[in-house]
Amino acid sequence: MENATQIELGRVNYHHHNPNLAHHFHDMEQQHESIKLGVWLFLVTEVLLFGGLFCFYAIYRAWHPEMFIEVNQLLDVKLGALNTLVLIFSSVTVALSIRSIQMDNKKQAVMFLAITIICAAIFLVVKYFEYSHKIHEGLLPGKYFANPDIAAVNPHIFFSIYFGMTGLHALHILGGMIFLTWVLIRTHMRAYSSSYYTPVEMGGLYWHLVDLIWIYLFPLLYLIG
Amino acid sequence: MYNDTEKNFLTHPKGIMSWLLTLDHKRIGIMYLAAILAAFAAGGFFALGLRLELLNPGKQFMDQDTYNKFFTLHGAIMVFLFIIPSIPAALGNFCLPLMLGAKDVAFPRLNLASWYVYMLGAMFCLYSLFSGGVDTGWTFYSPYSTQTSTSVISMTFGAFILGFSSIFTGINFIVTVHKMRAPGMTWYQMPLFVWGSYATAMIQVLATPVLGITLLLLIMEKVGGIGIFDPEMGGDPVLFQHFFWFYSHPAVYIMILPGMAIISELIAVHAHKKIFGYRLIAYSSVAIALLGFFVWGHHMFVSGQSEFSSMVFSFITFFIGIPTGIKIFNWMTTLVKGSICWTTPMLYALAFLILFTIGGLTGIFLGALGLDIQLHDTYFVVAHFHYVMMGGTVIAFLGGIHHWWPKIFGKMYNENLGRFAFCFIFVGFNMTFFNQFMLGSQGMPRRYHDYSNFLKTDLFERYHGFSSYGAMILGVGFVIILCYLVASLFNGKPAGNNPWGGLTFEWSTTSPPPTENFKDDPILKHGPYDYDKVLPKDI
Amino acid sequence: MNERTFNLPPPASTIASEYDALFYFIYGLSVFFFVIICSGTVFFAIKYRAKKGDEEKLTSGFCHSTPLELLWSVIPTLLMFVIFVWGFKLYMRYFVIPANATEIKVTAWQWNWNFTYGEGAQSNVLVVPKGKPVKLLMSSNDVIHSLFIPDFRVKMDVLPNRYSSMWFQCDYEGEYDLYCTEYCGQQHSTMVTRVIVKSESDYQKWIEENSVTPAGDVLYNRYGCNTCHSLDGSANNGPSFKNLFGKKKMLTDGSTVDVDENYLRESILNPQAKIVKGYEPVMPTFQNTISDDKLDSLILFIKSLKEE
Ligand code: HEA
Ligand code: HEA
Ligand code: HEC
Ligand code: CUA
Ligand SMILES: [Cu+2]
Repeated sequence: MENATQIELGRVNYHHHNPNLAHHFHDMEQQHESIKLGVWLFLVTEVLLFGGLFCFYAIYRAWHPEMFIEVNQLLDVKLGALNTLVLIFSSVTVALSIRSIQMDNKKQAVMFLAITIICAAIFLVVKYFEYSHKIHEGLLPGKYFANPDIAAVNPHIFFSIYFGMTGLHALHILGGMIFLTWVLIRTHMRAYSSSYYTPVEMGGLYWHLVDLIWIYLFPLLYLIG
Repeated sequence: MYNDTEKNFLTHPKGIMSWLLTLDHKRIGIMYLAAILAAFAAGGFFALGLRLELLNPGKQFMDQDTYNKFFTLHGAIMVFLFIIPSIPAALGNFCLPLMLGAKDVAFPRLNLASWYVYMLGAMFCLYSLFSGGVDTGWTFYSPYSTQTSTSVISMTFGAFILGFSSIFTGINFIVTVHKMRAPGMTWYQMPLFVWGSYATAMIQVLATPVLGITLLLLIMEKVGGIGIFDPEMGGDPVLFQHFFWFYSHPAVYIMILPGMAIISELIAVHAHKKIFGYRLIAYSSVAIALLGFFVWGHHMFVSGQSEFSSMVFSFITFFIGIPTGIKIFNWMTTLVKGSICWTTPMLYALAFLILFTIGGLTGIFLGALGLDIQLHDTYFVVAHFHYVMMGGTVIAFLGGIHHWWPKIFGKMYNENLGRFAFCFIFVGFNMTFFNQFMLGSQGMPRRYHDYSNFLKTDLFERYHGFSSYGAMILGVGFVIILCYLVASLFNGKPAGNNPWGGLTFEWSTTSPPPTENFKDDPILKHGPYDYDKVLPKDI
Repeated sequence: MNERTFNLPPPASTIASEYDALFYFIYGLSVFFFVIICSGTVFFAIKYRAKKGDEEKLTSGFCHSTPLELLWSVIPTLLMFVIFVWGFKLYMRYFVIPANATEIKVTAWQWNWNFTYGEGAQSNVLVVPKGKPVKLLMSSNDVIHSLFIPDFRVKMDVLPNRYSSMWFQCDYEGEYDLYCTEYCGQQHSTMVTRVIVKSESDYQKWIEENSVTPAGDVLYNRYGCNTCHSLDGSANNGPSFKNLFGKKKMLTDGSTVDVDENYLRESILNPQAKIVKGYEPVMPTFQNTISDDKLDSLILFIKSLKEE
């Protein structure tokens, strides 16, 4: 009996006091859980999207193992490793930003988010140098491939896959930067607090996924020799 | 009771912008309904064109190029623009939250976005229609698709975008089912329509991204020549088939599972009988959804894939027949000792049992390794998939439209005209497609503009002619349906809250429902099909 | 064989009657299940049709029966196994090509067929001997096609990047339709020709009338294959072509390979891919120098060097 009234009261409270609660949810918990499940499902679709590319990678590597090994040497392991470190570091900072907002430390949260975004920018700049180097050398996908120094057959396929995978990943980094910037601004405007910080958490989840995909891309593309 | 002065979701708020910016799942469902019906009419137009051309051997009124574009556009429109979104996005959007006793789907904004994404994708498809059409077949097989100069890019890009709309709907449904059920509603008290939609949503989320990446690569191949599918550059065209069917086979279950979900509702409600084998029907939907991921290679038995993979794919293919069979027998047994009303929706449900069984059983012919060699890419396959898609999904969809029409618009359609049109559909459909089985096993290949100068031209002509006349009867049936449904909006009798005597939540609110779905939070008092415990008039 | 069968064309090849047996078995099963479902549905729908006053009564709670549900799970499962095994056996019949089959090379392109016979004869209709197994070795010059002879119950895709093959044996003289059944562009529906089955002696006569000097040995000298490959079995820079076809070869990486058409094709176009044990990878690639039809002749030539 007592319990029931408490739940009732809880509901009424939320309805009247939390402006972040959408009208069709009963309470904040239901809303939070729903959004979390939704984002996880979204991440599943992302994994499958990349999964398709990983399949192409696996198939062509099985068909042309020597070519992959020879051509792979042309990638710059140092830059790849640098980017890996940058992303791992940004994963940590994004996690810290969630922690900060959970403890209502708005300033810190904004700072960690900013570091994350800067890391993402560094990643993209490094990628830019890598790409322009490749373009300069004619190491391009498909019919644009124009590097006569490679003995192995069909090297252009490696670069089709390389640009396909890293390009799609870079687009995801870009998307993540935009979303995290929005979260940063909203955090700065005090939209989030320990009682409601779902967007920060979801941004973090997404960012972890983007990092994770890179953690697979790096050894598969750069380190197979 | 329905009452004009009451505020319902159709009339409140007013104005075109209130529709275009609505977050109400019911309105979005209706917007989807309008869009997919337009797509269906377009697809049907191309179908009639095909049938007219095939009426007699020789060129009738279109040349080869036009014919090739017609069947491609027919297939692509029917599949990507009509059947995949049809039941989930239109009826599912409307019914699912109502059935769960929820106020809306979990993410209303995403829901609206999915409609706009659908429209955007449709625009791309329209663009390729008007910029000369596409001539690859709806399967876009490489290397032909990468070589032809027709507007393949905008079409595949359209299909790519449509994929997102499908994913959005899928995510929304899964979360809604998990998190938004009315207090006290367990998984096994959900209506079977919800189970079916849930299984469908799983496929939408898991399979669509792979199609996305495949189409994207096809586009890149066409634009940038990346060489993945091009044999001259060391690529493999058959790889495209694998990736295409990895999506498109599960997609056929995206098409049929919601149809089956509707049938469970129709049979139980119009027979006023507790559904037979609730749990098995629910489990079998999920089983079909999961098994459907491992059979794609049965479209490639003569493509030169290894005999071993063919064997595995064939084996798993058969296992899908078992849960499907269970469903059919369970529905049939549900009828036993019921109190069956021969309403239009029920007629469609009964027709589904018969027609889908034909389609499914002929699927077994195709799944049997050796047999597919003769039947692959003949009219036998064409007949098979029209029996499952048209005789299955479209029939179920029509049943569902009639079933929920009173709930959606608050008006009854003319029941006698409904039964009358049903006869046209049933007869016309069988006339169109049954003889195509014979046509196919006799050897008539599909995607043929002409069949003159064959040794069997006479034989083919008889079957083709019959088929073409059947299609016209079918067309008349659809026109009748369109007429009386539209008429009912103006002069239909008020439907009342529960015209069929349903026990699920959607029948306990007004017709049409208010914007917030229910005046008071609904409370679960009985299971969805407890016709042995509750009389519908008592709820 | 002239009688019209019910659903399939009259069986004209040896495999066709095996095919038809399975077809009619599944046909019977389907009719059986269809009759059960159809008659059950109609019968119950009539028998339990609602009468006036039924709205006042609750209906039966008959909603579960383990024996029944087991019945219609287990019986179809068992039947599925039967169909699967039978279908698989039939499928394997298609893929095990008899060793003594007459070989004909098929080239497909948009939108035509070309058939090349062992002795250099060429035609646009497929001429085959009666009562002897025939093997078609197929490849395409452009997109994917598919070769289908309904009366023989055979079909196989014809691919641009490799050879595919199929076989049949027809026991009746006559003419049959041959279709392309993979959509291949504008004139897909005119990519149709005939199979003409001739008696053994007529076939030989036809071949003689149409044959041209085999070009393979000319090419062997023209492209300089003779500088490295002998015809008498003696090893040179490269292995001899004598009796090469059909052998198993050891490669330098320790694996073995069957010398078949695809391997020969690869060895000529991309010699570095598989190196025969005991030889250096010195063979140049002929990727851009040897066209497809010349490649076919060379391969036919190498195959002709095999002694029975
Ligand atoms: C709604 C869509 C839908 C559905 C539900 C199905 C269902 C099935 N399909 Fe179909 N199919 C298509 C849509 C669909 N298909 C399309 C669009 C194509 C062609 C695409 C193209 O090439 O353009 C196609 C093509 C296709 C092929 C490839 C043919 C070819 O190109 O050579 C195959 C081969 O295995 C196949 C098999 C099956 C099987 C085994 C089922 C099973 O799910 C059927 C299961 C049902 C039953 C078996 C009946 C009920 C069961 C019983 C009564 C129990 C007792 C039964 C027995 C003991 C046998 N289908
Ligand atoms: C959902 C899927 C679906 C549906 C419903 C249909 C419906 C029909 N289809 Fe089609 N069909 C396909 C999916 C579908 N088809 C696919 C995927 C292919 C393969 C394409 C390829 O090879 O690439 C194909 C191929 C195909 C072929 C083979 C072409 C060939 O291989 O050469 C033929 C030939 O007869 C055909 C005919 C028909 C006919 C007569 C109908 C009829 O049932 C149509 C009846 C509908 C109408 C007559 C429209 C009536 C509507 C109105 C009059 C307006 C009403 C308006 C409102 C309700 C708003 N279809
Ligand atoms: C410069 C010498 C050279 C020339 C010229 C040459 N080959 Fe070779 N070939 C080799 C060597 C060495 C090998 C064994 C190593 C290998 O497999 O690559 C070989 C292997 C082969 C094989 C595989 C044989 C086996 O035993 O498995 C085939 C088939 C073949 N060559 C065909 C040809 C044809 C056809 C031509 C002419 C168009 C040709 N070669 C010209 C040196 C040559
Ligand atoms: Cu060649 Cu179709
Ligand atoms: Cu399939």
